[in-house]
Amino acid sequence: MGVAFDEMRAADATVRPHYRGFEAWRAAQSADAMQFKRAEADLVFRRVGITFAVYGEKDEDSAGTERLIPFDVIPRIIPAAEWAQLEAGLRQRVKALNLFVHDVYHDQNMIRAGRIPPDQVFKNAQYRPEMHGVDVPGGIYAHIAGIDIVRAGAGEYYVLEDNLRVPSGVSYMLENRKMMMRLFPELFARNRVAPIAHYPDLLLENLRSVAPQGVADPVVALLTPGMYNSAYFEHAFLAQQMGIELVEGQDLFVQDNAVFMRTTRGPKRVDVIYRRVDDDFLDPLAFRPDSSLGVPGLLGVYRAGRVTLANAIGTGIADDKSIYPYVPDMIDFYLGEKPLLANVPTYKCRNTGELEHVLAHLPELVVKEVHNAGGYGMLVGPAATKAEIEQFRAKIKSDPANFVAQPTLALSTCPTYVESGIAPRHIDLRPYVLSGKDIATVPGGLTRVALREGSLVVNSSQGGGTKDTWVLER
Amino acid sequence: MLSRTADHLFWMARYIERAENTARMLDVNLSTSLLPQSAEDAERGWRAMLGISELQAAFDERHPILNARDVLDFMVRDPGNPSSIYSCLQAARENARAVRGSLTTEVWETHNDTWLELQKQLSSRALERDPQQLFEWVKFRSHLSRGVTIGTMLKDEAFYFIRLGTFLERADNTARLIDVKFHGMTPVADQFNGNNGHNAVHYLDFYYWAAILRSVSAFEVYRKVYRDVITPPRVAELLILRDDMPRSLLNCIAEVCINLENVKNSRSGEAERRAGLLRAELKYGRIDDILHLGLHAYLTSFLERVNDLAGRVSQDFLVPLTAS
Repeated sequence: MGVAFDEMRAADATVRPHYRGFEAWRAAQSADAMQFKRAEADLVFRRVGITFAVYGEKDEDSAGTERLIPFDVIPRIIPAAEWAQLEAGLRQRVKALNLFVHDVYHDQNMIRAGRIPPDQVFKNAQYRPEMHGVDVPGGIYAHIAGIDIVRAGAGEYYVLEDNLRVPSGVSYMLENRKMMMRLFPELFARNRVAPIAHYPDLLLENLRSVAPQGVADPVVALLTPGMYNSAYFEHAFLAQQMGIELVEGQDLFVQDNAVFMRTTRGPKRVDVIYRRVDDDFLDPLAFRPDSSLGVPGLLGVYRAGRVTLANAIGTGIADDKSIYPYVPDMIDFYLGEKPLLANVPTYKCRNTGELEHVLAHLPELVVKEVHNAGGYGMLVGPAATKAEIEQFRAKIKSDPANFVAQPTLALSTCPTYVESGIAPRHIDLRPYVLSGKDIATVPGGLTRVALREGSLVVNSSQGGGTKDTWVLER
Repeated sequence: MLSRTADHLFWMARYIERAENTARMLDVNLSTSLLPQSAEDAERGWRAMLGISELQAAFDERHPILNARDVLDFMVRDPGNPSSIYSCLQAARENARAVRGSLTTEVWETHNDTWLELQKQLSSRALERDPQQLFEWVKFRSHLSRGVTIGTMLKDEAFYFIRLGTFLERADNTARLIDVKFHGMTPVADQFNGNNGHNAVHYLDFYYWAAILRSVSAFEVYRKVYRDVITPPRVAELLILRDDMPRSLLNCIAEVCINLENVKNSRSGEAERRAGLLRAELKYGRIDDILHLGLHAYLTSFLERVNDLAGRVSQDFLVPLTAS
């Protein structure tokens, strides 16, 4: 792992052109003024209640602990030309991923063509046989995709992970911008930062466009697991911004092959459900019988095409870490194009040759369990102790197919406020891609930052923070 | 709107109103406990306070002996007491959080801020330092939440369910507050329970009734309306039958009727009828008749009817209360 690419400064420490406007402004601010603004940001986030709940931690009232995600006031800036390339790559990738999911649940052409091993698909825990032969509106499965992107080496972008089930974080992207505009309005007067506040409008338009056929004025609702879910703030925020009902499983019921909400004026039909509940919990009659978060009978109505779920059931088959290595092949197979965004080279431990290489190089690699998300269940070789590595080695050997490994990338860094002043910290980027009638994005995405020195783990559940992300128009 | 959403809004409003009224009751009790009186009378006052909130047993379970400090602690900061100011403000905030999408940013932030600030106040020993200032603060946070609701929310169902919660809770609380004298049972206090109410008023009694007036912010109102000395029948009249007194039972029930009318559905006819009947009785009632029946008996029956109304609202619109 070499020296990381710094977003603001070139190797000779000069400020890169797209950061000059910001850095000149920042250098002119007094340390006290910045300290004051940072404290203000904290206060506002707490008052507004922009928090996330941490799993497994309880306070004395045994309610979930609510935490702030640390916010850093130095933005991550992307030049317009770079964003244009990224955006083209994202559109291409999400298009191919949607085609792949459709293919898996219909003709399975890619498997027949021998481009992906059948057992990778059919033995995958994310494969949902219930979806076979089901036609969804527009053939769209991943209506909302969050694609995790990192920058490494001399500044090349890589896709680290596709999130096609219930990707979260977009509310932080929006709130971070709002916060920056509130704290530093003068910055936005001086820099041409591409706006992002129309995201909820795009999302609503997108959700309405995938309503079941024949519904002229679809009723859209957002299904949340409830207020103790870690992303509840985001669910409430998006529902409010879109002006749709925020529902829990108990608010919905199935009757006459349709889904209804319980309202103060009796039942009301629902056409599109933007669900933020995992597949497993959606319908206790079809999936986990112990789930109280879902709606009994929902799957039947869905399969009959009388309600749309966004994202569709079964999209996990395309974002599983064991499927990830095949995404460039999907782009070639379905679109006949070369991938515009690169994958990180990935070793599949299910292949004996690759497994041997992985086991021989554990201290240099990042090893991931294929079904885990949120930074849980992974080994970062260079940061791990000998004992941790040996423990992980045993885990891999006992079930190799459950692991993939990647070289440890020197993620790019961005200057960040830390206790000792300003220091470089590793960052990633999660742009959001909406697929409906068309594919839409807003410029930028959510930038996450690993606040501990040297850490490469940016997940908020693991102590990461966030930054505002600017796409600078010229 | 979603029944569950309406339910959260309704309870959000009830809890903040309850916190306010608890602060009012504690405030009045703290003031009267400063009057020259025997230790027994002072203790009776605190017992009355617990009695009207039906919390005597819960308190005794925790505290073998009764003293003012423990009652204050129990009623203000005890998370184990579901009616403590702490529990009420927490519940108001949790209900608001569950439906923050249906509230304006200002309303949500007011509830969230109140809850965060309360914890700060309690940890900085505000209750020990200056309880009356803390009660004042609670009252003003409740005023603020109502004002922000009226000033920023669309006048739609969400708004009406909030108002319904506010006034049902206030009707209940005002009735309990007037009844505090009964629970206090000082020898001079029950003079007009079943008796005629025009006896000379003991001077301590004057302070009791004046304190009750103050507790519902009605002391100046009383002077303005009656321009005369404070007598118990008039205090009762003001707090029960006056339609222009914002915390009177009549005004509360009238508001309940208005808001019920605004949200009515195919099931709610009986709730509307009962609320309307209660309003008519208050509107055309006479204080002499009420006192003749006995104030305590009257208020007890009133509380039962308010409770019945609340149950019907839950049944007809919200998430039905499950029998525990």
